[in-house]
Amino acid sequence: MDLILFIIFATIAVACGISLVVQKHPIGSALSLIGVMGSLAVLYLLLGAEFIAAVQLIVYAGAIMVLFVFVIMLLNAGEETIKGRSWPSRLLGIPLLTVFLGLLAYLLQRMGPSMGTVTFGAFNVGAKEIGRSLFNHYLLPFEVTSVLVLIAILGAIVLARKEIDKCLN
Amino acid sequence: MPNQPDLQLWLILFFPLLGALINGTIGRRLSKGLISTIAIGSVALSFLWVARALSELGQLETPHIERYFTWISSGDLKIGFDLSIDRLSSIMLLVVTGVGTLIHVYAVGYMDHEEGFWRFFSYLNLFMFFMLILVLAQNFLLLFVGWEGVGLCSYLLIGFYFLEKYAGDAAKKAFIVNRVGDFGFSLAVLLMVVHFGSLDMTQVFAAAKKMPLEESGGVLTAIALLLVVGACGKSAQVPLYVWLPDAMAGPTPVSALIHAATMVTAGVYVVARSSEVFLKAPVAMDVVAVIGLVTAVVAALIGTAQNDIKKVFAYSTVSQLGFMFLGLGVGAFSAGIFHVVTHAFFKALLFLGAGSVIHALHGEQDLSNMGGLRSKIPITYWTLMIGAVAIAGVWPFAGFHSKDAILLAAHAHSPWMYWVGVVTAGLTAFYVFRAIFLCFFGTYRGKAHPHESPAIMYMPLVILALLSVAGGYLPVMEWLAPLYPAHEQPHDMTLILISVAFAFAGIFMAYYVYILNPGSADGYAKSLGGVYRAIAGKFFVDEAYDAAIVHPLEQGSRTVLMNGFEEVIVEGGVNATVAVTRWGGGFLRLLQAGNIRSYAVYILLGAVIFLGVMATNGGAR
Amino acid sequence: MPQLNAVPMSWYLILSAILFSLGVAGFLFRRNIITVFMSIELMLNAVNLSFVAFSQHLRQVDGQIFTFFVMVVAAAEAAVGLAIILTVFKNRQTLSIDEVSSLKN
Repeated sequence: MDLILFIIFATIAVACGISLVVQKHPIGSALSLIGVMGSLAVLYLLLGAEFIAAVQLIVYAGAIMVLFVFVIMLLNAGEETIKGRSWPSRLLGIPLLTVFLGLLAYLLQRMGPSMGTVTFGAFNVGAKEIGRSLFNHYLLPFEVTSVLVLIAILGAIVLARKEIDKCLN
Repeated sequence: MPNQPDLQLWLILFFPLLGALINGTIGRRLSKGLISTIAIGSVALSFLWVARALSELGQLETPHIERYFTWISSGDLKIGFDLSIDRLSSIMLLVVTGVGTLIHVYAVGYMDHEEGFWRFFSYLNLFMFFMLILVLAQNFLLLFVGWEGVGLCSYLLIGFYFLEKYAGDAAKKAFIVNRVGDFGFSLAVLLMVVHFGSLDMTQVFAAAKKMPLEESGGVLTAIALLLVVGACGKSAQVPLYVWLPDAMAGPTPVSALIHAATMVTAGVYVVARSSEVFLKAPVAMDVVAVIGLVTAVVAALIGTAQNDIKKVFAYSTVSQLGFMFLGLGVGAFSAGIFHVVTHAFFKALLFLGAGSVIHALHGEQDLSNMGGLRSKIPITYWTLMIGAVAIAGVWPFAGFHSKDAILLAAHAHSPWMYWVGVVTAGLTAFYVFRAIFLCFFGTYRGKAHPHESPAIMYMPLVILALLSVAGGYLPVMEWLAPLYPAHEQPHDMTLILISVAFAFAGIFMAYYVYILNPGSADGYAKSLGGVYRAIAGKFFVDEAYDAAIVHPLEQGSRTVLMNGFEEVIVEGGVNATVAVTRWGGGFLRLLQAGNIRSYAVYILLGAVIFLGVMATNGGAR
Repeated sequence: MPQLNAVPMSWYLILSAILFSLGVAGFLFRRNIITVFMSIELMLNAVNLSFVAFSQHLRQVDGQIFTFFVMVVAAAEAAVGLAIILTVFKNRQTLSIDEVSSLKN
């Protein structure tokens, strides 16, 4: 059962990923990304990460992607035009990417067989376990991350302020 | 083993050092009165401390040594900061601090109108510090510290008027010529370390004394000769005397203190201290005597033709130092030291008096612009006259006793030395009185309004004059007798009378030429023709050095080092580095395309390399 | 017939690698800033998948904690990054990354 679910949602994820890269209009890419995140959430559930799956859907797909969509709307971004040079990426990008994939495949294939399988329900981590670990072992990173979020908020406000001022005046 | 009682000898050094530091750091903001008090006070305190130490030490049969701390400890060689007083250094200490105090007092008056008052006294105190280290040192390395230090202070003080080019040049000349001598001294020190394993004077001299004559010849002669090289530099003997006349560029008190009474006698002091070494190296002794004699004669001859009053006395100093060396060379060490003492008195007097004359004439130093000052500056006149009589060697003044001790010893060694010495004594009398007559007699040829010096200047002159009169009766030679093998020279009345006769002859000749027949000097000079020109040109020694040594060095330096090495290798190297860096930077700059996507490619490239390394190294387990 | 209940671990990692490469491709070949940004988010997601997979495999919770932090950071980064994009758009009226190249040469 797990296997089938995995295959289905993995295919969906890859398809959405390809769609993201290929779409001409940014809003299409945004929707594809939401699709990817959704399938990934299911895969997290298969991996026994209940809390993470929920957070993925709520925060990532629900907040961040919504932010993206809003910005695309705000900027009224249209379809991508053809103009612009890009010599390194065209020239080097494709071969490099191929090599990259190749190396990854090689490495994975080397260590693949030794890794065994994953069964649903073998190791479930819920909010309790994450909370315990987060507030005991990883307390410092937790607090620091909260400061980081604060800084991000401040940064975003400062950057967007001029627009607000201009609007108000 | 250090002796008790502990006399805190270091304080003798400390007072002048303290004075130098105070005046050197905050002197700029102090009043002249305060600077003078600190300067004079520090030297006076040194003098009093010396007196106190000597009064407590009494007879000083054995040296009183105080060891403070180990300065160098390298393998077997241990050198400590050790000070000592013995009979020889006690005399030097009294002379240095005593005459030093008088000159400091005089200098307060002389330098009153000069810029850098505080700097002068700081340097002067610093000089006293180093000179006292030199005298008190118990080992040769510490002595060398003092040796170099006085050379430094000499440089600083000669070049005191540093805004004048000739002063800077003179200072450099003094330092460089001294350096040649110092090189010899350092080699001697190294030889001592190699051969004796120690630089402590007691140990070295004891070892030298024990060495049999056959075995000792080579090493001890080498050490002795190298010490002589150093002494020639410091005490201005042939061929390293050329710096002393030019050193007159410094203020007159400097000439009096450093280049008459104290620093230049350092060479004599070292040779006398190392008498054990020299006594085992007869060749070196002969060399010393001959050098001394040659120097005495040559300098006396040059002195007869000088027109600058300070230069006359400078050459006189060189000549008198030659006498001291002669005394040392013929084995009369105590006579040589005796002459150091008396010379300190009358030469300091002569220089300070000359300074008084220069001060009276507002800076005039040329004898041809003087004359008839007898009535105008009487105290200066009388004290200078006493000094001149003393140096001429007329009984019963100081110079007579010491010079005759030397001449008698010379006669006992080799009669020809005596005769040359006696003729030189006559020349001495001649040139000194020539200066006196040209300066104080006749009519005044200058344009200034001479006035007598203030009391602060003429009081030291008076004291020194008294010492020049009575100094001959100081029991210096008796005090030093236990240190040196008994040198009983017969009290040969004939020889003494001959020397006095030569002295009077010299005085009379000067009187004849300059008083009885004024203006006849030029006639005599012309009739002597080439000889006179050679003398007046100082035998062209400076020019010879210039052509043989200075000029080739300069040229060689310019072509080889400056044009060759400096420009090609050093500058070329630097420029090449710059060019390479610039080219490299220009190349790397192309990577900064400003294009975000190319950055992404580079990041990906990095990731690929990383993965590649991982894959080739066995990958993940 | 492979067990239907067990998914080989390496499959998760392969999926993660594929998604990551897709993200890199998007990052290299798209011209629109926002699309590029989304490709970055795709890359982050791929890495998250990898973390969670290993967490399950090693039976440790640390992998998921790390995922948690990655998500937080991604959120912060998205906020600030989009604000920057807004400012850039305001100044240059363009969303093409090739045209924001004033650091060139």
